Amino acid sequence: MPFSVYTSRLADAVNWARKYSLFQYPFVTACCGMEFMATWAPKYDIARFGAEFPRFSPRQADLLIVVGTIVEKMGPVLRRIYDQMCEPKWVVAFGVCASTGGFYQNYSAMPGADQVIPVDVYIPGCPPRPEQFLDGLMRLQKIIQRGEGHSQRLLKTERGYPAPAIAIKPVGGNDNPDE
Amino acid sequence: MAQIILDRLAQQFTEGEIVETGSQHGDEWARVAPAHWLKVSKFLYEDAVTSMNMLIDVTCVDRLSRVPRFDVVMHLYSTEKKHRVRLLAGVPEENPEIASVVSLWPVANWFEREVFDLYGVRFIGHPDLRRILMYPEFQGHPLRKDYAKERRQPLLRRKPGSDEVDTGHPK
Repeated sequence: MPFSVYTSRLADAVNWARKYSLFQYPFVTACCGMEFMATWAPKYDIARFGAEFPRFSPRQADLLIVVGTIVEKMGPVLRRIYDQMCEPKWVVAFGVCASTGGFYQNYSAMPGADQVIPVDVYIPGCPPRPEQFLDGLMRLQKIIQRGEGHSQRLLKTERGYPAPAIAIKPVGGNDNPDE
Repeated sequence: MAQIILDRLAQQFTEGEIVETGSQHGDEWARVAPAHWLKVSKFLYEDAVTSMNMLIDVTCVDRLSRVPRFDVVMHLYSTEKKHRVRLLAGVPEENPEIASVVSLWPVANWFEREVFDLYGVRFIGHPDLRRILMYPEFQGHPLRKDYAKERRQPLLRRKPGSDEVDTGHPK
């Protein structure tokens, strides 16, 4: 035959495209950011996974990476950023603080970003090495390919498409009483 | 190192304004009667010998079982004389109040807000005494020794197994 033919289900093809074109929003709050930046840099080169392009607006991103400790005061902010992202979207908790609160067991630290937003992949470590992040990223790619991300599941089963917006009333950390 | 500061204080204040003085590891400290907090601070600021023109820190210690319960601690430094001193004042639990030193050192503004936020000590004469680190909905003062370490006051929580959030506050 003069040319090759590939056959696939459309969903598989779309998910294949999604997993190799992750636009990430780095929500960097703490020391984990150093290892995270190393993952970007040429030595570990996250570009090999099609995820090299950070978007500093959540509206242009589909992968939210929570890097570092989340405190209670920050909870509504993180939730609002998550809500601004277009679906389907994925969330990675980078480091033990973003996953569980880590060694912070006190009045201010949130015991894991999953207290306010859904999380697809948890990467332990304090901080995780770049290899661990790349491993987490590859796991996320497998999840995306199988259509098992939290947002993909919601789109498929519960919400229909397009998804209705969730109204979040902002509370706290705001000096303007009118807002 | 700065015995001259304690000497000046002893010279100037003879009516019980200075409760106790001491020196530890080369750093002098003076325990001030809380009613004279501002007066002693003002003297150290204005006096040509001491010339404490820089406020380094205002903080607080919760000694819980002691009476008075709190110690407000202030670290002063002179950039001209290159000497430093630490002032302490006991503040009672039932009425935790002490004079603000913002009128002398404007930097005290945020330090005193922090002490108010975390320990609940009120600074009389402070221009804008409100929480600085914790959110306005927060109840209590988390660095007090009797603030339960397990106590959480979340602003926002997901409902378990759902994508919706619960804004119920406080818990």
